[in-house]
Order: sequence, then C-alpha cells, then structure tokens
Amino acid sequence: MLLALAALTTLGLGLGLLLGTAARLLKVEAEPITAELEAMLPGSQCGQCGFPGCAGAAAALADGRAPVTLCPPGGRDLAQRLAERLGVSVDLSGMADAGPRIAAVDESICIGCTRCFKVCPTDAIVGAVKQIHAVIRDACTGCSKCVDICPTESLHLIPIPVTPQTWAWPKPAHTPVLAKPVLADAGCH
Amino acid sequence: MRIFDFLSRLPSWGVHPDDHKRPAADRALRVVTLPEFLHLPLTQHVGGIARPVVRIGDTVHKGQLLARAHGNISAPVHAPTSGRIVAIGDVHSPHPAGLTLPGITLAADGDDRWDESLEGLGDPFNADPQQISEKVSAAGVVGMGGATFPAAVKLALGRRMKVQTLIINGGECEPYLSCDDRLMRERAADVVDGARLIAYAIGAREVRVGIENNKPEAIAAMRAAAEGFAEVHIVPVPARYPMGSDKQLISVLVKREVPAEGRAADAGVLVHNVGTAWAVHEAVRHGRPLVRRIVTVAGGAVRDPGNVETPLGVSVSHLIEACGGLLQAPARLVLGGPMMGTVLPSQQAPVVKGTSGVLALTAAEAGDQAPAPCIRCASCVDACPMGLVPHEMAAHIRAGALDQAADQWSLTDCIGCGCCAYVCPSRIPLTHHFDYAKGELAGRERMRLRQDATKRLTAERASRQEREAAEKAAAAAARKAAKAAEKAAAEKAKAEKAKAEQAAAEAAGSNEGATA
Repeated sequence: MLLALAALTTLGLGLGLLLGTAARLLKVEAEPITAELEAMLPGSQCGQCGFPGCAGAAAALADGRAPVTLCPPGGRDLAQRLAERLGVSVDLSGMADAGPRIAAVDESICIGCTRCFKVCPTDAIVGAVKQIHAVIRDACTGCSKCVDICPTESLHLIPIPVTPQTWAWPKPAHTPVLAKPVLADAGCH
Repeated sequence: MRIFDFLSRLPSWGVHPDDHKRPAADRALRVVTLPEFLHLPLTQHVGGIARPVVRIGDTVHKGQLLARAHGNISAPVHAPTSGRIVAIGDVHSPHPAGLTLPGITLAADGDDRWDESLEGLGDPFNADPQQISEKVSAAGVVGMGGATFPAAVKLALGRRMKVQTLIINGGECEPYLSCDDRLMRERAADVVDGARLIAYAIGAREVRVGIENNKPEAIAAMRAAAEGFAEVHIVPVPARYPMGSDKQLISVLVKREVPAEGRAADAGVLVHNVGTAWAVHEAVRHGRPLVRRIVTVAGGAVRDPGNVETPLGVSVSHLIEACGGLLQAPARLVLGGPMMGTVLPSQQAPVVKGTSGVLALTAAEAGDQAPAPCIRCASCVDACPMGLVPHEMAAHIRAGALDQAADQWSLTDCIGCGCCAYVCPSRIPLTHHFDYAKGELAGRERMRLRQDATKRLTAERASRQEREAAEKAAAAAARKAAKAAEKAAAEKAKAEKAKAEQAAAEAAGSNEGATA
C-alpha cells in the first residue's frame, strides 16, 4: 500500500517536473504576426475598418475576425498582400478599387473653418481661420476623415494625379496570333 | 554566326541592324530658323524640377537663367533666344502618354541677342578643377546621349572616386541617328577640348574616345583634332548595337565589367557623350549655357532628312518643316533612336536637352506585327548584352510574378536596349513587358515609401499632441500657482494692513491714555 503510494507519488512528481521544465525550455513564442500585419497596414489610425486603429485591425486580422479587404485606404493591393501573408484565398474581383485616392479642397466653397486639419491623422492639411485650406498631396492617405467632417462638402477624394514622374507603361496585352506559321525563320540565328 | 564573331573579334552580344544613317549623316548641319514661340519644360534632366526665377512679361536675353536647379540632382534652364516670357505653366512634353510638364513659354523677338554678362574661364587648365564643375553646373549641362543626368554631379562623382580613365562615347549605335557623327565631323576640335576639360576637372590621366567603325570620317576628324594631345586616344570600336551603352563601351574599351547595380565609376571609369563634351567646351570656354543642340531628323516619311542645329524648345513639327516637311503621314513618330526611343503622340512636343533624333517612320519601317507565342528559341538570350534571359523574364511578368522577375531573373540589370525584341521571331514586345514591370515595381516602391512617411507623420502628430497637452497642463498649473500666490499675497497684505491698523489703534489708544 505504502509502496504503491510512494511509487505513484514519485512518478507523479518526476513527470510533473519533466513537463514543467519542458514547458519552460521548449516554450512556443506567441506568433508575432500581429506586429507584422500592423506594419503592413497604412498606420494612419483612421478607423474606417471599424476597429480602434491599425493595431486593433491587425489583431482582428490575425484572429480571423476580419476579412483581408477591411482597409479602404490600402485598397486592392494591400488586400492582395494581406491575403498572401495570411495564406488565405480571396476573391478581389468584387472589390471596387479606383487605385489610391487623396483628398482635394474645392477652393470655391472652403470657408476656412479649420475643422478638417484638426482631424487629419497625418497633418496633411494646412490652413488658418478664414483662409482657404490646402491638401499636401504627398502626406495625404485618403482616409476621408476630413471629407466626413467638412461642413460645406468642400473636401472630396480624387485619384492621385498622374505626372510624368509617376507614369508607368500599362501591362502589354497578350494576344498571340497563330494565323501565320512563324517556324520558318526560327532557329537560324 | 558565333564562329564568325569569334574570328572577327566582335563581341558576342548585341545585334547588327541596318544602320539607315545615310543620307542624313552625309549632309552638312543646317540651322533652324527661329519659330515664334519656344516651350521649355522645367524637367529636361533627371532629378528635381527647376524653379522659375522669371515672371510673365520679363524680357530676357539669350542664355539668361530662367529657372534654377532645385535639389542635389537637378539642372537649371536658360533662355535659348532673346524674347519675352509669355507664360509659366504646363507645356507639351516629349512623353509617350502625351502628359504635360511644368514649363516656361518664351516669345522670340528675332534678335537672338546673347546675354553680355556671360564669359568663360580665361585659362581653365590652370584654374581650380572645382571652378570647371561650377561653370558646367551653372550652364545646365546634362548627359546629351539621352540619359540627361546632370554633368556636374557626374564630375563631382568622378573626382570623389578618383577615376583615372575618361571615356568619351562617340558610339552612336542607334540606327538612323547621326547627330554625334555630324558633331565630331564639324566640331572635332571643340569636342576634344571639352573632353580634356572634363578629364582635368575629374583628375583623369587618360581620355579614350570610342567611335564605331562605321563612321570613318568622324574618326579621321577626331584623330586630326587630337593630334598633339598625348592623353587623348581615338579608338575605333566594332559597329554593333548597343555599343553606345556605357556598360558595353566600357567592356570593349578598358576590358572591365561594371558590377550589377553599380555605376561606371565602380569600374574606375567615367563615361560622357561627345555632345556633353561639346557642351562643356561651350560652358567653360565661352560661358554659354546649354541652349541648343544637334538633332537628327530622319525616317522614310521625311522629305529631306538631315541634321539640324536647333534652339531648345522648338516644336518637333517645326524641325520637320525645316527638313522639307513630310512625304506622307508617318506610321509612327519616334523621339530618339528606333531601338530605345519613345513614341511621340503629337508633333507639338518641344526639343529638350536629351533629344537626339526625331524619326518619322513609314509603316514599312515601323514594322508593326502581331505577336505570336514564344517558341523558346533563345535568340533573345544570345542577343542580350547584359547576359539576361529575356523570355523567362517576360513569362514571369506576364504571369504577374514581378518580384520573381526582379530577384531571380535580374530585371534590374536590363538596360532596355531592345535587342531581344529586335531578334524575336515571334515578335513578342519583350521591352514593353520590361518597361511595364520596371514602372510597376517603382510604383510599389513609391507606395511603400509613402506608407513609411504616413507612419512617421502619424507618430509626429501623436507626439506633438502629447507635447501640446503637456504644455497646456503646465501653463494651467502655472496660472493656478500664480493665482494662488496672488491670493496669498493679497491675504498677507490684508493681514498686515489689519495688523498695522490694530497697532495704530493701539498706539492711538496709549497716546490717548498718555495724554489723558
């Protein structure tokens, strides 16, 4: 009786010690994917996704509580990259994407109320009381916070204007024609 | 083919298209009459957009500064003739999509008067090399071969890297073009002088001028001009496209290879075009800024092809008129050479610093044909001067695997010479694929930088708001403290007053008692 008690106690203690050490030594780190996802998001904390800032959105993405298409400023390109990173397949054909957009001020109806630049998360709007405000294009993320708050609807989103510096060739259309055999002049170069 | 190349010591890369250089190359330079208006884009160079220093209505002399350089890599823009500034805004640009550029419009007054304050260095070979760089920088000289990289920046780089060999690029391997050929034939002494000035400015000991052997007249003229200058060597090189690309010319002239993603200076050499050498001569000897250049006007649709010396800002249609106009509507209008040039959507585009040629090609010359599937014949692999595998790159790009095309197949090393598309029996527009992929990758890089900037701005805003809140709190606390101190002082004063009054009353009482 005593022997059995001692044996089982020793066994229990020994195995418990082993498990405890193993848990300590072979600890699995929490996957840092949340931080990685947060780094991929725009970081302007605009809240359009419905989560409190980009960190909240990243946590929701990591838990699978939110779809990869959650970020309007990131657009289709970001959704694609998030889907790649998370290893999920996503149908982006339904996602309307007019490319990245930025805010613009309609100068004829801006009253200089200063509300917009107080909410801008990247300080992309400059202006003063009763002066026409202007958007710094390079700093704007197109989060639309200013559009929502503008009392005269003077702010609106426009696609980023194309300049010769940012213009790029379109993707070549690939329509091979097989009407005429072309083998005759191949191989003699 | 390979055995022939080996026997004739031709390089194994590249292609040998019909050069089409005559009759334009054999006709003497013509001078273009001044048009009514000149349109001058503010980015005729790689780098920052120049900032205007004139106002609408200002009268300017030929060679006067119109816009100053902005940023480390940039170049100023000068008036190509005397006249009046009539507009500062958007002008047509030589852009394949027909986009406009910020620019200045100048109405010529017909006098063509030079600014009299311009003067060159008296004795440049005894001057400080830095002074030559400054002259070149102030004159707005950029790479005239088409790259339009500011020349002064390259001089500084050459001096810093202690480059020993200066290569002057007279290759001009593009078919049709003969502006460098004409320049060397007619102004060989100026070109050699410019080359020696550049060599002096960077401290190079040797100048090697590489000229393709299909230009015997230019070689003879340059040899005659270089007579007596032991450091200048005129070296004929085989005529093979793309010999005029700096990496290929370096490998032939000094037998060194430029490392991937490196620059010519990493191979211990500096390459300048013959046109740039001429512009440096003009800037240093005469103080004249870069306001004119030689342009080849050729192609089957041009009545009287030739080379013209033209002020910058003249429209392409005016140049074509100067060469007898068009015989037929061109199937394609090209700026630059047929291999690497860009399609021009309109004849309104102005001549800029990097314009080497204007080609009006007939349908037969343009040779548009529908592409067929790749048959994996590897002709493009043989032709590629950079040792790349064009058909694999294009296949990856078509499938959307741009990163793979860049990392695994070295898309970044592609110089865009077009040899692959030229030899392709299936007529696949390979260069178009590469241009698309390079643009797309650059766009992604821009978006990534933008995102980094957004994060920085957000962080800065947060820290600013914190600081402001802290300052507000500190100010409020200070106000409160001041108020409290004031109150305390008032109370103290009140107490003292009361005390004094009491004392006075007591004193009065005792006095009263004394008197009583």
